[in-house]
Amino acid sequence: MTTADLLERVVTLAPAATRVPTEHVRGEAVVVVARDAVLDVLRTVRDHPDTAFEQLSDLTVVDYLGRTPRFEVIYQLYSIGRNHRLRVKVAVGEDDAVVPSVSALWKSALWAEREAWDMFGIRFAGHPDLRRILMYPEFVGHPLRKDYPLLRRQPLVPERDPIAHPWFPRNGASR
Amino acid sequence: MPTAPGSVTPQRFVDDDPTDEVMEIQMGPSHPASHGTIKFNLRLNGETIVDVDVEIGYLHRGFEKMCEQGTWNHVFPYADRLNYASPLLNNVGFALAVEKLAGVTAPERCQYIRVIAGEISRVTDHLTCLGMAANEVGAISAGFYMLEAREFLYDLVEAMTGARLTVTYCRLGGVMRDLPADMGERTRTALHHVRRIVADCDRLLSRNRIFVDRMAGIGMLSQQDAVSFGLTGPLLRATGVPYDVRKAEPYLVYDCIDFAVPTGTRGDNYDRFMVRMAEIEQSMRIIEQALEAIPDGPIMVTDPRFVLPPKQEVYGSIEGLMNHFKLVIEGQRIPPGEVYVATEGGNGELGFYLVSDGSGRPYRVRVRPPSFYGMAALGDMLKGRMVADIIATFGQINMIGGECDH
Repeated sequence: MTTADLLERVVTLAPAATRVPTEHVRGEAVVVVARDAVLDVLRTVRDHPDTAFEQLSDLTVVDYLGRTPRFEVIYQLYSIGRNHRLRVKVAVGEDDAVVPSVSALWKSALWAEREAWDMFGIRFAGHPDLRRILMYPEFVGHPLRKDYPLLRRQPLVPERDPIAHPWFPRNGASR
Repeated sequence: MPTAPGSVTPQRFVDDDPTDEVMEIQMGPSHPASHGTIKFNLRLNGETIVDVDVEIGYLHRGFEKMCEQGTWNHVFPYADRLNYASPLLNNVGFALAVEKLAGVTAPERCQYIRVIAGEISRVTDHLTCLGMAANEVGAISAGFYMLEAREFLYDLVEAMTGARLTVTYCRLGGVMRDLPADMGERTRTALHHVRRIVADCDRLLSRNRIFVDRMAGIGMLSQQDAVSFGLTGPLLRATGVPYDVRKAEPYLVYDCIDFAVPTGTRGDNYDRFMVRMAEIEQSMRIIEQALEAIPDGPIMVTDPRFVLPPKQEVYGSIEGLMNHFKLVIEGQRIPPGEVYVATEGGNGELGFYLVSDGSGRPYRVRVRPPSFYGMAALGDMLKGRMVADIIATFGQINMIGGECDH
């Protein structure tokens, strides 16, 4: 399937998706979806046999400081069986930086969404365990935001008491 | 007081049985048996792992933030330090992504050079992974044999790039320098030694009872889970999915080269080991074919928008001097846009997602590190297994801190 065919198929299957001009993305297959529709669109393209995106290769965020809405959440999808790629973009505003979690659709989102939260401060509604992953829990701010200064110093962190703050919840199922 | 034989009640020194309790243990972040700084927060029932929380980020250096500070060419040295077991593969991956964004295609000779460089790096990556993994389960000699084999390849890399590890070999539109004149001869000698040593290690390990017992059936992950976790490369191929970016979306000159994609069947540590062993041989075949077929010609495009002019022009003409100055100070102005380019790295799909806003600096550089997703799946591989399986499984994921933590 060529890129144009794939885009045609995706837009037919999920009418909430809009194509992006191909010269900007150098001929790659990219669609933009509104935040409320993203879960449905992603589930549709994952489950339909014509698109069959079994893998979420990557999930990341771009901070377009000064633009509204400010953030773009990027989903890189890949279909191993059909050998094609699709990029889905969702615009998210600064005041209400929440998107639905796709960790129920692809397990790779479990860590990728944690990283996106850590680095950009985007929350993922429905994620089972949205902790920081690369930074430590006491870190202030989200370092990959464009308004995070390169040389900002962080406050000193007191030693953590492992009894008062265990790594796992004491009772019940963890994570 | 006399008692009849057989009526003695066994004395218990401790009333409650401590082995019923779930014990919490932190393993790491600098554990002598784990190569790489990583922490496992374990919940153990005896020696069985009830739950494990893998903590990464101890080597986070803000790769993506640093990339936004310099010009596009400034990213190449940082890219070396992502996966420092195979720096050339990162270099090539990033170069391909920027070139797609800029609309430049490297000359054919350069593409062959990149294939050769990348495959040498893939062999060193696999040798590092397998040697260390063997070392950690007790096969110390095999580990050092593989490091010896790696030395022959590092000598080749040094002859090509002038450095063993911090190569910075690729540029936008080409590579920094041509192959040495005696590259064919050097490569033949090096590959001869590597083949000899890999065959030795194969005899030492592949049918060794102790080694097989530590690897076979351990760290298993179903094909469905492996795909869902975003695993790629040897980890995914060990479950039987023949996905290799070099075959699925051939880049450079991989479509002109004959090589096989080894796969496993069960997705356990032993299959991962064997897939990597087989890939070493395939990579060496690619190097030999590429050296046979490499054409003469330029190794760099001559587009003044992206490539520094020859030194003679810089010092001999005002236009050349200005061109050089603008490229160094302002960087290459790449038209606004965004691309995602995937290449086959040592541990799987190494992807770069780049956004340009038309200035001379990257607006956003995102790397998709293969071992990050491998580590995400590690918890599921280990649940219900024994403590001793942690290191064996971790070794086969081949987590490289620089890449996993960016």
